[in-house]
Amino acid sequence: MVSHDDVKYVARLARLKLAGPELERYAEQLSGILDHINKIAELDLEEVKPTSHVISITNVFREDTVRPSAPPAAALDNGPEIESGAFRVPPILDTEEQ
Amino acid sequence: MTVAGLIELNALEAAERLQNGEFSAVELVEAYLGQIRRHDPAILAYLRVSEENARLEAEAIDAAPDRPPLGGLPAAVKDVLVTEGIVTTCASRMLENYRPIYTATCIRQMRRAGMIILGKTNMDEFAMGSSTENSAFGPTHNPWDLDRVPGGSSGGSAAAVAAREALWALGSDTGGSIRQPAAFCGVVGLKPTYGSVSRYGLVAFASSFDQVGPITRTVSDAALMLRHLVGKDPRDSTSIAYPKEILIPEDRDLSGLRIGVIRELVGEGIDAGVMAVFDQTVKNLAIAGAEIVESSLPHAEYALPAYYILAPAEASANLARFDGVRYGLRAAGAAGITEMYETTRSRGFGDEVKRRIMLGTYALSSGYYDAYYGRSQKVRTLIVEDFQKAFGAADLLISPTAPTTAFRLGEKTGDPLTMYMSDICTIPVNLAGLPAISIPAGLSDGLPVGLQIIGPAFSENRLLAAARGAELAIGFDAAPPLGEVS
Repeated sequence: MVSHDDVKYVARLARLKLAGPELERYAEQLSGILDHINKIAELDLEEVKPTSHVISITNVFREDTVRPSAPPAAALDNGPEIESGAFRVPPILDTEEQ
Repeated sequence: MTVAGLIELNALEAAERLQNGEFSAVELVEAYLGQIRRHDPAILAYLRVSEENARLEAEAIDAAPDRPPLGGLPAAVKDVLVTEGIVTTCASRMLENYRPIYTATCIRQMRRAGMIILGKTNMDEFAMGSSTENSAFGPTHNPWDLDRVPGGSSGGSAAAVAAREALWALGSDTGGSIRQPAAFCGVVGLKPTYGSVSRYGLVAFASSFDQVGPITRTVSDAALMLRHLVGKDPRDSTSIAYPKEILIPEDRDLSGLRIGVIRELVGEGIDAGVMAVFDQTVKNLAIAGAEIVESSLPHAEYALPAYYILAPAEASANLARFDGVRYGLRAAGAAGITEMYETTRSRGFGDEVKRRIMLGTYALSSGYYDAYYGRSQKVRTLIVEDFQKAFGAADLLISPTAPTTAFRLGEKTGDPLTMYMSDICTIPVNLAGLPAISIPAGLSDGLPVGLQIIGPAFSENRLLAAARGAELAIGFDAAPPLGEVS
């Protein structure tokens, strides 16, 4: 049901790189899981409202006051590659951009 | 007091004796560190023991003129809660060396009350799993039988408490991750009402489900810890000021309580050994004065399918942050940023995390959104309504916590769906955001069975009082057979 190509497409959306055998395995496993999930298709849900959050709270505001945040050095501390007080990344304009 | 005596005390007892000066916080911490040294090489509950830190904190508490309410009580903390200065990995290669620059609000509150952190415990990677086998650093073993899993995802925390390697522990529960391992390890696990405990500093898995809670040896200890966990946090806008003070339950019977057995969560699909213990428990609750009624959640069978759309969908968004830019793993040698993202994420995440990201991404992708995500949100409404109706005729609901006892390591790793079924009794509760507790109900073939008790939102005091009553009625006093290890 979930094809090899579906898995490839979804992996790309999720920024995951999967090797050949992995694609096979995930296609099979995701098909099995979705088979079970498809049980919800048998329900008549026309009149049912969706629930996105179980406790009813809306628009939680706070005062717009200036507060100290993490110092730059601490915020950068876990960065894999740091340069001039910033996170350094590989070129963002991929030549491979498909 | 002997070391063996010290680690047999529960948290309430230890707190009282510390206040009375019968022993020091340093002695208590040393007793637990010793127990960890003796038993953790076989159990592997901890990913990291912060020995030095724990000693220093204990010394500071002993030296202070006033002892705070939890002063000197040592806890294990699931490695999904960030702790400033202590590496926090979520049992993932992705965060193997991640040193947080802040501490989760719930831990800050516990520390303010005097709690000492013994270390960080093992878990399924990013809390996704039911056996702790999805840890990138190897599985934890169940103290009752080292060939079996401790449950998950808070398996390290539950195993640590069961093996007396911690006085008590913090876990997190998205679909059963506190209650199911508590059941497998023969300890108490409480998932509070959604919103009661701040999620700030809890590494997010599925934000509309995740909730932090206690794993303890007794119901009263769970109440004591919960009292210090709850509270509104400006840093988590989904947190709510808990409406009343959490009370330590009194020792009383169950008279006046209507307890509903959830028809759909007993019988078919539940192991015979688990059902035998459950049936006996129901009899004991009735003897203790509870009025037992039959309750129904007509849509219970749709809870697991809906959950496995909604939680992975939220996870796929939440885990997008692990991109190799600001913290965590970065794969070297990529020519461009897309390649860096893909290589980093493929190396950093384990199989189950990838599976759930893929499932969630698929469910949210164009063409499938309405059929999967939209419909699942509506199923969630049906589950919420089922519970509302059930609580019209019962004060509390019960079921077994899990359909089986602890299974063998490796038994279910090849088949994700079978593993997911392990949470069939706990997941409906998370969909509705309700509080629920698992307490030990007995043994089946030498392995613990849990009783799950579920209450309406913000009914923790009622839930804890009933759980205390049930604890007295059950009289579970078995302990795992910890061999003498050199």
